[in-house]
Amino acid sequence: MASGSTIVTKTILSRTDHLSEVRAFVSEAASAFGFLDEDIANISLAVDEACTNIIKHAYQNAPDKEIEISVIHNKKNFEIRIVDFGRRFNPQELKAPDLRRNLAHHRRGGLGVYLMKRLMDKVEYNFMPGRHNEVRLIKYLQKNQPAVRR
Amino acid sequence: MADFKINHREGEGVSVIELKGYLDAHTAPELETAFQRLLNDKKFNIIVNCRDLAYISSAGLGVFMAYIEDVRKNKGDIKLTNMSAKVYNVFDLLGFPLLYEIYKEEKEALTKFKTIQRA
Repeated sequence: MASGSTIVTKTILSRTDHLSEVRAFVSEAASAFGFLDEDIANISLAVDEACTNIIKHAYQNAPDKEIEISVIHNKKNFEIRIVDFGRRFNPQELKAPDLRRNLAHHRRGGLGVYLMKRLMDKVEYNFMPGRHNEVRLIKYLQKNQPAVRR
Repeated sequence: MADFKINHREGEGVSVIELKGYLDAHTAPELETAFQRLLNDKKFNIIVNCRDLAYISSAGLGVFMAYIEDVRKNKGDIKLTNMSAKVYNVFDLLGFPLLYEIYKEEKEALTKFKTIQRA
């Protein structure tokens, strides 16, 4: 992690009735950081989608598991790191879902992951076997000049 | 907890569902129930008025996807109206305007249903 980063963290239980709390937490951090309304809304939606996927897939709707949400920012980027301790959730290849085909098969999957990719500059999944799973959602402050690349 | 309400109106052969508040993975089941009830009652001409819808995530969009085929098989449709720019943006990012009729005003959707009923 880059020096000079600021971190705020919130832990919730894996229940969908906590999603509004998560959105409020992330919106407040993004707003304090100086993002405008559209970016705040996009960041908050991306985090909602990530947490919803964790609740449904990593924890299979078990209501008493922990999700840790950290907001980390410095002068170059704004990142939300979301950690869970459930099953490894392997998102399908991040291509646009075929809406027509999904409709024909009554499938709804993949929309959240696709939205996250569209709303953020970078979405990264890290799996630490035996430890935790982690999703990193990043907004660069200068879109065309990503400050941090690994 | 997310605040979400559904109001249901009937008129002129069309059912209107008004959405208010936050539609996310927690509240989406309420919308599913509303659609299921309409289908059980064989009401297939449906307008969803989003004027007071403050927020939608993919869980909410998934509900529209789940019911549109059944509704259209029965010669009906789900038409969406009165979206804020913020809510429309989410529908747009996922390509919904290609597959769903989205109108600025409810009366436009009503007119469309009436035109089809007369034809």
